[in-house]
Amino acid sequence: MAEIIRDKTGRILFTKEMKQEFTILAPNMLPTHFKLFKMAFALHGYKVVPLETTGREIVNEGLKNVHNDTCYPALLVIGQLIHALKSGEYDLDKTALLITQTGGGCRASNYIHLLRKALKKSGFENIPVVSLNLSGMEKNPGFKLTFGLIKKLVYSIVYGDLLMLLANQVRPYELEAGAADRLVDRWVNVLSEEYKEAKNVTYRRVKENMPRILQDFADIPVHKTEKIKVGIVGEIYVKFAPLGNNNLEAFLHGEDVEVVVPGLMDFVIFKVDNRYVDPEIYGGGKLKHLIAGWFERYLMGWQDDMIAAIREFPQFDPPSRFNRIKELVKDYVGYGNKMGEGWLLTGEMLELVHSGTPNIVCTQPFGCLPNHVAGKGMMRKIKEKNPAANIVAIDYDPGATAINQENRIKLMIANAKRMQKMMQYNELVDMEPEMKETVSEA
Amino acid sequence: MSISMGIDIGSTTAKVVITEDDQILFECYERHFSQVRQKTLEIIRRAEPILAGKRFSAAVSGSAGLGVAKAAEIPFVQEVFATGELVRKKIPDTDVVIELGGEDAKILFFDRRTGAFEERMNGSCAGGTGAFIDQMATLLAVAPDELDRLSQDHKFIYTIASRCGVFAKSDIQPLLNQGASKSDIAASIFQAVVDQTITGLAQGRKIQGKVLFLGGPLHFFKGLQERFVETLRLDENTSVFPEYALYSVSLGASIYAQEENSSFDYDTLVQKLETAADEAVTTLRLQPLFQNQEEYDAFTARHNQAMIPMKNLADYSGDAYIGIDCGSTTTKLVVVGENNDILYSYYNSNQGNPVEIVRKQLMRILHECGERITIKGSAVTGYGEDLICNAFHADTGLVETMAHLKAASFFNPKVDFVLDIGGQDIKCFKIRNGVIDNIVLNEACSSGCGSFIETFAKSMGYDAASFAKLGLFAEHPVDLGSRCTVFMNSSVKQAQKEGATIEDISAGLSMSVTKNAIYKVIRAVSKEDLGTNIVVQGGTFLNDAILRSFELEVEQNVIRPSISGLMGAYGAALYAKELRLDRSELMTLEELEHFTHSSKTVSCGLCNNNCNLTVNTFSGGRRFISGNRCEKPLGRKENKELPNMFAWKLQKLRSLKGVDGGLGKIGIPMGLNMYENIPFWYAFLTRLGFEVVLSDVSTRALYRKSQDTIPSDTVCYPAKLMHGHIVNLLEKGVKRIFYPCMPYNFDEKKGDNHYNCPVVAYYPELLDANMEVLEDVSYDHGYFGLHRPKDFEKKAYEHFGNKYGVSRPLVQQAAREAFAVYDAWRWEIQQEGQRAIAYAREHGKKIIVLAGRPYHIDPEINHGIDKLMTSFDLVLVTEDAVAGLGDVGKVHVLNQWTYHSRLYNAADYVTTQPDMELVQIVSFGCGIDAITTDEVRAILESKGKLYTQLKIDEINNLGAVKIRIRSLLAAIREKEAQQKHELKMERGIS
Repeated sequence: MAEIIRDKTGRILFTKEMKQEFTILAPNMLPTHFKLFKMAFALHGYKVVPLETTGREIVNEGLKNVHNDTCYPALLVIGQLIHALKSGEYDLDKTALLITQTGGGCRASNYIHLLRKALKKSGFENIPVVSLNLSGMEKNPGFKLTFGLIKKLVYSIVYGDLLMLLANQVRPYELEAGAADRLVDRWVNVLSEEYKEAKNVTYRRVKENMPRILQDFADIPVHKTEKIKVGIVGEIYVKFAPLGNNNLEAFLHGEDVEVVVPGLMDFVIFKVDNRYVDPEIYGGGKLKHLIAGWFERYLMGWQDDMIAAIREFPQFDPPSRFNRIKELVKDYVGYGNKMGEGWLLTGEMLELVHSGTPNIVCTQPFGCLPNHVAGKGMMRKIKEKNPAANIVAIDYDPGATAINQENRIKLMIANAKRMQKMMQYNELVDMEPEMKETVSEA
Repeated sequence: MSISMGIDIGSTTAKVVITEDDQILFECYERHFSQVRQKTLEIIRRAEPILAGKRFSAAVSGSAGLGVAKAAEIPFVQEVFATGELVRKKIPDTDVVIELGGEDAKILFFDRRTGAFEERMNGSCAGGTGAFIDQMATLLAVAPDELDRLSQDHKFIYTIASRCGVFAKSDIQPLLNQGASKSDIAASIFQAVVDQTITGLAQGRKIQGKVLFLGGPLHFFKGLQERFVETLRLDENTSVFPEYALYSVSLGASIYAQEENSSFDYDTLVQKLETAADEAVTTLRLQPLFQNQEEYDAFTARHNQAMIPMKNLADYSGDAYIGIDCGSTTTKLVVVGENNDILYSYYNSNQGNPVEIVRKQLMRILHECGERITIKGSAVTGYGEDLICNAFHADTGLVETMAHLKAASFFNPKVDFVLDIGGQDIKCFKIRNGVIDNIVLNEACSSGCGSFIETFAKSMGYDAASFAKLGLFAEHPVDLGSRCTVFMNSSVKQAQKEGATIEDISAGLSMSVTKNAIYKVIRAVSKEDLGTNIVVQGGTFLNDAILRSFELEVEQNVIRPSISGLMGAYGAALYAKELRLDRSELMTLEELEHFTHSSKTVSCGLCNNNCNLTVNTFSGGRRFISGNRCEKPLGRKENKELPNMFAWKLQKLRSLKGVDGGLGKIGIPMGLNMYENIPFWYAFLTRLGFEVVLSDVSTRALYRKSQDTIPSDTVCYPAKLMHGHIVNLLEKGVKRIFYPCMPYNFDEKKGDNHYNCPVVAYYPELLDANMEVLEDVSYDHGYFGLHRPKDFEKKAYEHFGNKYGVSRPLVQQAAREAFAVYDAWRWEIQQEGQRAIAYAREHGKKIIVLAGRPYHIDPEINHGIDKLMTSFDLVLVTEDAVAGLGDVGKVHVLNQWTYHSRLYNAADYVTTQPDMELVQIVSFGCGIDAITTDEVRAILESKGKLYTQLKIDEINNLGAVKIRIRSLLAAIREKEAQQKHELKMERGIS
């Protein structure tokens, strides 16, 4: 069995032996993406298990183990990991935990430390915790983010974003309920099979697979009707994770609207872009600037490839390019606003408004610090400059009830429906008077 | 031509209207007591004469209406949207609608040009609503309509925190205890609702034009109407209080129903409602409190063992002692005899006037004592300690925590944890080696304690005791979560929607209150965390359901003394006994008979805290002033001023005066990180040739100037103040404002990184996007980093060079000088720290390191905590004065914020100094302090130091702060006494 080795600060290192024997539990954020991440990690010899547990017990574990004023995602993520350790499903002598660390000025960089504190309090102090980050924090001999692995994770993001986007665009109109979701599952299975061999996870294969996926979704029989589109933006975890946002996507689907969720790729590019921009604002770090610039272009290249693939299918709307979002945000916040989702959050709201989805749910953990500014702080200005914008801010925390959240979202949707009616009426205004009469009577 | 029915089912009431061509045929407004479906059916049945045999349209609205709508297949319309329908039809020239309901508050902004409208509803942290007013009325022991009548005679408006009901409550309580007039308080409560609506909901949008007021509270309370009209500067033409204010949503629903063209007939509708099953339960359910009667009996028998013999005054003769606990909502009083038996006890609501209640009780006691019993000591504890002590010449006062410890030790000398849940507050503390070690008081946001259950019970039509009893044998208690009362209200709403029984809700509430105490206040991780000898007390634990929930939650049996509600008073009496006096100084029967008491309110004005003082006048012209933070208004000779680094820093920074240098005036808002960086920016900008103009020291008035532009109501108070500072600068006539975005702080090389928090970093951008007034001036809020001095020179030249035509050498020169000035300032702070420490040691004073953020020296943010500290004879040093002396090394968190690194190092230094204690100030809503507080505590406790945290907000009440500081001092004293004792023992042995 792997020996526990600590570094000089006392941190348990994830050793090469552990890599052989250990199961690495990770929190889940985007079910589809994370299934592919799991496979990508497996190709590099890691047995990563993104947890799919749900339920109130997770919240309760979080409440017991983390300072209750800590943001909700920390509470959930840590609660979910500890809940898993206590479940008895995993051999505690052969289990490690994985958590991301963005390294920014937001509280999120501290999740890993809060997790370790919680582990200690609960008697799991010998469980190694691996930090997943791009800043070179907390190195481990048995865990290396090699370029090969990064590439495969990037491919997984491309697949995941594409599947999510297509499912969201098809689901509200499918003739046979559940067809889009079944297709997502089928493709995840196909890809999982492919991911068993590294030779199948290549640039070429992704390029080949994208049109296939698109064609499959295009083949789902649909009945296109005019539906309200609602965008979801916000703090990255509560935006994506059903556990964090009380199944927001499913709820919206039930309200008969088309859901638009900007993908994960933008966030990743944003985090890289921060490193690129930082030296421009404050000076220094020429090499970092270069590397970040290169990596950012690499990621944007993938985004462009995906957009180009989607453009071949006119029935689908491709996402906007990262630079377009960056351009839109110019008059609102500076590019130095990088903590948490930073300017990207403002940018995604603007992008949605400009691309025909003025109805937006802006999700954030209760008391989220960066979102005071980039989220709630920018709504007035967005609405002032874009009168059609119809944004509702929803706070998530262990005490917030679904009914309050849903009530407010329903109001936003009711408002959207009215605006839609009004617009149709305004179109009528331009018609001949007799015609207008007939139409409004009908 | 058509009949249409609108049904509005809110959180507490059901409202139904039936209209025919704008004519109201039927209206009904009733509480539904959670029986949503049944109530709706009942009301519809009453309308049978109107509806029978006709076709009509119908729609349901309201927060609890969705279930009924689904069950009866009636169209549902979101309630704010329904209101919009009504307004568009009835008063289309409306600009703003303000609608307050039982638990909701809403504002609708109309754009008359486009016909579009924008809605704001209260978020998950807001309570200034009808339920809140009811709760406040209960607190004042008046009916809600009486509250309204009272408010109309007001002469004075107090500042009552407006963010949420719980906050307001903790402001009102001290006012009551200080004897402020009910009329003034009533009006202040309405003002708090108004302020809440404006700050919480308007979020950056001005309420102007024609305003329509809807909903129950705004219909019933004239006093509330008046506050709104006055605050928003409206007149008869611009404020509309319509007849149908109560039915606005149901009327809107009926209009919607017509548009939707739904069609019903009476029989089918009734049948549908009758047969519809109550909605399937989705709220999580918990285990019952008791499985059966036997279990309950065993439980009762066990707790009956913690008994104190209750004797009778009439049967006793000899010496006796009086203990009075003048709590926030209740007054408790006991008389104990020589063998600690209770001879007399009193426990009741203080009905807003504790002085009169105590007077009557004392008279009764003294009368019964006659010549037989001699009162040899009296002690007062609780919120009203000073007032009662002064009024009746009690022998001594003692801090609540001490009183409770005295009493708890009597029941279990080995007690290691005391939890007291009272009407308004939760107190708990650990006892280590006989010393109070770790006091936790509920922060203003989580006081979901006794009075909440009481108010809630009343709203359901029960008294507190019978409501709680209902829950004992509930089969499926509802899981209501574990946060503040406002959240619980909406959880209850959810459960009601799902058809939970009153029993399940009652049990669920008890469990929530318990969980709230354990997880939110105490933050226990495991049962071992609390202790093994737990004593619980306080009036709320008289409730068996709560006691049981607590035992289930901590998985151990605890002791609840039979006098659970009287423990503070009992402890005070024991303390009085320990005084070993020959005779008590307490007023005699005759003096009590002639005792009179009146109170009035004045504003102090001797310094810029502007405390609202309550001047109590007792018989014989004696006066007692409360509400003060310092000794000044008491007219006493002021203590020789002890070193107070908060005051020193503030005075130093305020002395920076602008010099005309040719480039004109540049305004700087004096808040947040400017309290750290201003020496730098002042030097830099002055050298460039600007005349630096600082905004004034924060005040409440300054805050109010622009509170309607605050977009996020949960951001910290220091940030909210920035809006007022901008307006203040503009009033000074500056045309240019400089307030840079600074994600990075100075790099003091003490941590892993050197960030500012996200709010400090980017708040300048938020102001830009939300304050229209900034459009008229040049607002410079670019990004700067002071962590790279060389690069700063370059970047500053790029920024200032072109804009103002200053040369590169000048910018370089200015930057270098500014960095030097800043370094000198840091050095000066350290020197001042040393001076203060030396003074303290020379004069034998205790030193407190009051640790927070640089901006906590703002008197409007700290509410005068510094002065309160020095009034306790403490020398006050700031964290940045001693941070350089400590080196904590690696901490257990990511140490990436400069200000926070200082906290850790200051804490580390304090652990090496026997005469120093660290008290941490934390702003409510500071997410980062969720991380730092645990760490600072760990650093202090690892070396055996006490940890004290003061959580502050816009609330202007230092009551809780006082308790903490006094308890800390008491604990230090006991610790020292113990050490002395141990030392003596050691010497004795050797």
